[in-house]
Amino acid sequence: MDSGHTAWMLTASALVFFMTPGLAFFYGGLVRVKSLVNTIMLSFMTICVVTIVWTLWGYSLAYGPNVTGSPLIEGFIGNLSVLGLEGIRWEPLDSEGSFGGGGVDVLFQMMFAIITPALITGAFVERFKFSTYLIFTIIWITVVYAPVAHWVWGGGWIGADGAGALDFAGGIVIHITAGAAAVAAALLVGKRTNPGLQPNNVPYVILGAAILWFGWFGFNGGSALLADGYAVNAMLVTQISAATAATTWGLIGLFTTGKISGVGVATGAIAGLAAVTPAAGSVNPLGALAIGLGAGAICYFAVELIHRTNLDDALDVFAVHGIGGLWGCIAAGIFAVESIAGDGIKGLIQTGSFEQVWIQAYTAITVLIYTFVITYVILFVLDKIPGLGLRVSESSENQGLDLVEHGEQAEVNDGAN
Amino acid sequence: MIKIEAIFRPERVNAVTDSLVAAGVTGFHYQNITGQGQQQGVEVITGRGSQTATRSAVSKTLLVTIVSNDKKDKVVDAIISSTRTGGIGDGKIFISEVSDIIRVRTGETGEEAI
Amino acid sequence: MDSGHTAWMLIATALVFFMTPGLAFFYGGLVRAKNLVNTIMMSFMSIAIVSIVWVLWGYSLAFGTGNAFIGDFSHLGLSGVSFTSSEGDDIPPLLFVAFQMMFAVITPALITGAFAERFKFSTYLIFLVLWSTLVYSPITHWVWASNTLANGTEVNGWLWDLGALDFAGGTVIHINAGMAAVVAALLVGKRRNPGLQSNNVPYVVLGAAILWLGWFGFNAGSAVAANDSAANAFLVTSLAASTAALTWGVISHLKTGKMGAIGVATGAVAGLVAITPAAGAVNAMGSLAIGFGAGFICFFAVEILHKTNMDDALDVFAVHGVGGIWGAIATGIFALESITGGTKGLIEGNVEQVGIQAVGVVATLAYSGIVSLIILFILDKIPGLGLRSSESDEDIGLDLAEHGEQATVQDGAN
Repeated sequence: MDSGHTAWMLTASALVFFMTPGLAFFYGGLVRVKSLVNTIMLSFMTICVVTIVWTLWGYSLAYGPNVTGSPLIEGFIGNLSVLGLEGIRWEPLDSEGSFGGGGVDVLFQMMFAIITPALITGAFVERFKFSTYLIFTIIWITVVYAPVAHWVWGGGWIGADGAGALDFAGGIVIHITAGAAAVAAALLVGKRTNPGLQPNNVPYVILGAAILWFGWFGFNGGSALLADGYAVNAMLVTQISAATAATTWGLIGLFTTGKISGVGVATGAIAGLAAVTPAAGSVNPLGALAIGLGAGAICYFAVELIHRTNLDDALDVFAVHGIGGLWGCIAAGIFAVESIAGDGIKGLIQTGSFEQVWIQAYTAITVLIYTFVITYVILFVLDKIPGLGLRVSESSENQGLDLVEHGEQAEVNDGAN
Repeated sequence: MIKIEAIFRPERVNAVTDSLVAAGVTGFHYQNITGQGQQQGVEVITGRGSQTATRSAVSKTLLVTIVSNDKKDKVVDAIISSTRTGGIGDGKIFISEVSDIIRVRTGETGEEAI
Repeated sequence: MDSGHTAWMLIATALVFFMTPGLAFFYGGLVRAKNLVNTIMMSFMSIAIVSIVWVLWGYSLAFGTGNAFIGDFSHLGLSGVSFTSSEGDDIPPLLFVAFQMMFAVITPALITGAFAERFKFSTYLIFLVLWSTLVYSPITHWVWASNTLANGTEVNGWLWDLGALDFAGGTVIHINAGMAAVVAALLVGKRRNPGLQSNNVPYVVLGAAILWLGWFGFNAGSAVAANDSAANAFLVTSLAASTAALTWGVISHLKTGKMGAIGVATGAVAGLVAITPAAGAVNAMGSLAIGFGAGFICFFAVEILHKTNMDDALDVFAVHGVGGIWGAIATGIFALESITGGTKGLIEGNVEQVGIQAVGVVATLAYSGIVSLIILFILDKIPGLGLRSSESDEDIGLDLAEHGEQATVQDGAN
């Protein structure tokens, strides 16, 4: 066991863990103050529920050996051989030094599984039933996240052992799935009765974005699964893309409204981070500049467009993560350079051929459709089950979910207390 | 000149201010308040999640505006139409006489200063 | 020196450092708004003062050779702690000093939850020096000190020799802080007006999340290497915290119909406390059991203690004391030979280990209780000191009274 690689992967796991509390504050600052605690709790309880699900069966479904027997299901999902992480070995590297499954990767991948459903919550904040959400998380991890993670990283049909799509740190697995699920959820739960105009706490939004950015160094840098040149490159391009997208978003805002908004710049940074995620292992700094620029511009206008539709994706999960992730996946096919991506992997700019772009596009779109359909079915069924249902009552929505669901108020300042 | 103080549900505040502007009211201020009415407070969790208590801490908005006497009905109607839901907790409106107003910038007094 | 192990321990040290500011926000969110700065300052000043004490004499008393009960003065001012690593060292000696320093820093900060909103700040600063020296260092020595003399004889702490399992400080940190909290709460007395609601729930969750993050350094760092044991400790830490938080939330929901964020955050901390001694001894299934037990036991411990006359304001004993005791005993139950590398627990047939764990628990409770009582009793009698703030200071709030500051200022004059 190499202590240096293990040290870095332990550190990266801790960094990625911290992203979910960061997301809690990013989202928490954006809603109205009467649902601040609820929004934070959606992310926080995701940590608790998914950690348990991942240990018991999630890891096995995603990273266990392929289920075999029928060509129909081969490459679709892992088997149940590591339920409860039974017999997992911590030794992460085989004798050739390549990754052999298990190991510190269990921890690292757990943190990825945690943040993905937490990202979805932005679509339905301020009106979703909390108990239903907890059940939704368990089902969604099992039937959406685990299979998709298996397709891309667990030896399934999308990743290096299959179609050969480039998804270094989870543009498909995390951002596209979260974005697609967000659309399904926003459609089924319906619009807020009174969406409000201003975020309740801009410093929380910036604090959350900064923690996310910080954690993303573990997210992308750690996705090399080793402390090597890939990790260094991933960390560098992550920084470049986030900074470029944030600046781009800020400048577009300045030209259209005359002001640079804190919330806008923070959102731009997240869009840049989401976009560089699939590409972090295949592009160089110039590619990252292009990806960041594209993410800032595309996601800015995606937010604008979606706000004009009837879809109340409250915190723009689809526009930022879905569109940002999709752009990142395509961009990985455009800007991949062989010196970084490795043997034979060349993007559009090196080959002039759309081959890699096409692989990126069809795998990403397939996952988008799969996630949308399955999430829609899950939520549709949960809505019909007596005692569950997706939406809180209108009076609860007006009173605010903090008091209704949690019996708490975010801030209490009165003298009686 | 009268002072109209209206207590209403906080989620109605944008509707109220829009209807006031539509009714020709040019100035008003509002603040977030807590208290209790017929619904007897709200239930909150105390300590670490094992007990609850009822506190007179229902969130409301208190809006204050000064208008000339002839606008009284129009303004009251505007507030009622933008706040009434028919349920307990819709709020109350208090009306009182104002003896004088002075505009700080010009020193104008009375109705001219509204 | 191994660069990988050293890299991990540098990071783990920084992570454990970050726990004390995390605790400041966890506790700060729970009190009333007029005492927020004071509560944060209690934790923050523990960083400042205990770091100095640790370097000057604390480390020497804790890890110096001495005898089975306390170290000696051989490393005063870290004299004799080598800058260069010797052959066979995984990490530089000074790194171990720094890592242990962060443990010494957070322990007295944990106690402050017991006497929040009413303790004299100047007395607290003196208490920090005395308690760290007279309580923390000796108990650390019992559990973790192991020195080999030039003639080859080993001089270990007596709990180490007994074979007590305490991977990352269940007895040293949590039971110890929990017991001192009881004594402090009793001596300083109840708050005049305890209040009903916490002033800032987001701060509580932020604090709990930072504590959880830091706990990866706390537990996985206690392997003192980037190895299998560290990876296992990391996993069981997160799993126990999750299980305890969920358990707490579900019980709370069954009782009140609501799942409060403060309850869930407290449950997570209880789970982290309970897994601390066990992180180097149990597997994933054991940590599920420990987390479930922590959520369940600590929830009812809070309930019962609230019915007593003791005002342990932020439930330090119920969470850290009771959670630590459960964790220490549970370590004896669920320890697996394959993970401890030798010691078996009750589930593998070793009944005796539970008894050994219980001895560690009782000894820590007794020593910490008695010595903390003596320290606080004397501080209370010294003219000019005393434990309790004046009634008017308590009413105004300690932020203005002790620090001349207010947590948030929104009025237009500013």
